[in-house]
Amino acid sequence: MIPKSIGASSSESGVAEMRRLIARHKTWDWLFGLLGTLALLFATLVFAALFGQMLINGTPQLSWEFFTSFPSRRAASAGILSAWVGTILVMLVTAVVAVPLGIGAGIYLEEYARKNLLTDIIEINVTNLAGVPSIIYGLLALGLFVYQFGLGQSIAAAGLTLALLILPVVIVATREAIRTIPQNIREGAYACGSSKWQVVSHHIIPYSLPGIMTGVIIGLARAIGETAPIITIGALTFIAFLPPSPFSNPEQLISFEWLLAPFTVMPIQMFNWISRPEEAFQANAAAAGLVLLVMTLSMNALAIWIRYHFRKKIKW
Amino acid sequence: MMSSILPLKHPPGTLAETPGALPQGWSAARLRRRLAERAIETLLMLAALVSVFTTAAIVAILVWESVVFFRTVPLLDFLTDTQWTPLFDDAHFGIIALLSGTLTTTIVALLVAVPLGTILAIYLSEFAPFRVREVAKPFLELLGGIPTIVYGYFALLFVTPVLQKIYPELPGFNMLSAGLVMGIMIIPYVSSLSEDAMRAVPMHMREASYAMGATRLQTAVFVVTPAALSGLASSYILGISRAVGETMVVAIAAGMQPNFSFNPTEPAATITAYIVQVALGDLPHGSIGYQTIFAAGLTLLLITLVFNILGHFLRKRFREAY
Repeated sequence: MIPKSIGASSSESGVAEMRRLIARHKTWDWLFGLLGTLALLFATLVFAALFGQMLINGTPQLSWEFFTSFPSRRAASAGILSAWVGTILVMLVTAVVAVPLGIGAGIYLEEYARKNLLTDIIEINVTNLAGVPSIIYGLLALGLFVYQFGLGQSIAAAGLTLALLILPVVIVATREAIRTIPQNIREGAYACGSSKWQVVSHHIIPYSLPGIMTGVIIGLARAIGETAPIITIGALTFIAFLPPSPFSNPEQLISFEWLLAPFTVMPIQMFNWISRPEEAFQANAAAAGLVLLVMTLSMNALAIWIRYHFRKKIKW
Repeated sequence: MMSSILPLKHPPGTLAETPGALPQGWSAARLRRRLAERAIETLLMLAALVSVFTTAAIVAILVWESVVFFRTVPLLDFLTDTQWTPLFDDAHFGIIALLSGTLTTTIVALLVAVPLGTILAIYLSEFAPFRVREVAKPFLELLGGIPTIVYGYFALLFVTPVLQKIYPELPGFNMLSAGLVMGIMIIPYVSSLSEDAMRAVPMHMREASYAMGATRLQTAVFVVTPAALSGLASSYILGISRAVGETMVVAIAAGMQPNFSFNPTEPAATITAYIVQVALGDLPHGSIGYQTIFAAGLTLLLITLVFNILGHFLRKRFREAY
């Protein structure tokens, strides 16, 4: 009699106790879900503030003249012509140097390298270089390209610096893209009598191209926004002219004089305007920032789109 | 010497033109292909070696210029002096005055990035519905792609004025707003690495936890997080390394005045901001001012190297754990 009543009452209160416990834990779960959503919301708000503030301050400056005028001492008539031309030329040098080197290094490490000390050293190096602050690349460039090689504060020096900076990005992207290709593709090609380079050029490179492209675009987007290494090589100067055109010399088909020309790029121009004490230049900085933001974000978006698109399409 | 011991009858390149000297069954075409294959492999290896040359060049340049610098400035002064005024008549070379700025901004940045990054990582890996994750991950990636100069502008002309509304005595240049924005900047970095670590925890561990009646939060906090701990730690450490090396945000928003202080509401220069400041001026090549930036750069490289190696080691551990 006694045990029964105790049992009944305790199990009843036990169930109630357990229900309360479960409810409490469910509340905590819900609260954390809320916290996570709030964190995402915070990130979105920050982005909105960043973009919104630039939009408000910069839009009045954005006009056709802004893109076709040189920087000037008067804020209202100053533009970004030399900056965007410089950015495109520097990126050209960066891409021409970094893309073949990065893809080549990635292919070598994935397809050719034997497991030995040299390979280990190269791999550790690439990981390490990815973590070196960008301003250190600027110091390297200052000592090596500007003074040792005598390139001066030129487009070539800046392009080479940024190429070294994004090299690890391209290498890692190439390697990751190659690693997803199943082994039986290689074996099939070898069985048909392919040489190693035929396997690589007919199969490995085409199949890993979307992944490599993603890495290249992300790397170039990063290079476009890099300011510190370019400032370090001493390229913060007032540039109100364009580099010589590659077609200016009638005796040569294409002249490479522009490679050694002084230059300015978008982020440098923006930094220049931010550090001016006059308020009017802040609007120019915002407008330049807006252009820079649109450039890098659209490149990043393109890279993300390529990755998602091809990941869905490719089925091994 | 070698050729007298091992007579090399066919130096490479001559073989293809003298078919009679070929090994049995080898056609000239096959040999040419073999040589081409070798050449391609060598080229690719040279491309891979560029990274090694880069590292060697970085170390060589920084050490070379620093050695010259340390001939004039004793290492002890460099490490113990609390003033950094290399360009004044009364020159002091105390790296501590720059390190304090670097440390303070980094700590402020971590106070933002570590909690928010971790919460986002746990949320995205364990809680978020599939659709939210599919949108949030590329969005965070985009945030990570914003140029640092834009973040610098944001810190100086948005965050500082907002902070000044709350705390009117805050100077226009301060480490607080630079640190906060730097923290926001490295959130995507911390969250994506942490999320990768949590995703690497095998599903059966979660399933076992759910089978015991644990809730999502309990599973996330008591099962997944401990299992991914070394990965989380590595993401924080690589975040530190990013914050230490970050340049434009601090150069724009924290001022460029070396100041031995750990008070985030004061202006100060970091190591990186100092390098920018010197590069902005026109210092002659080979002067002591020119060499200081290499000594400062070497210090920066050593600090980030320690954190990178630590982070790399921890990341390797979580990769091998399961």
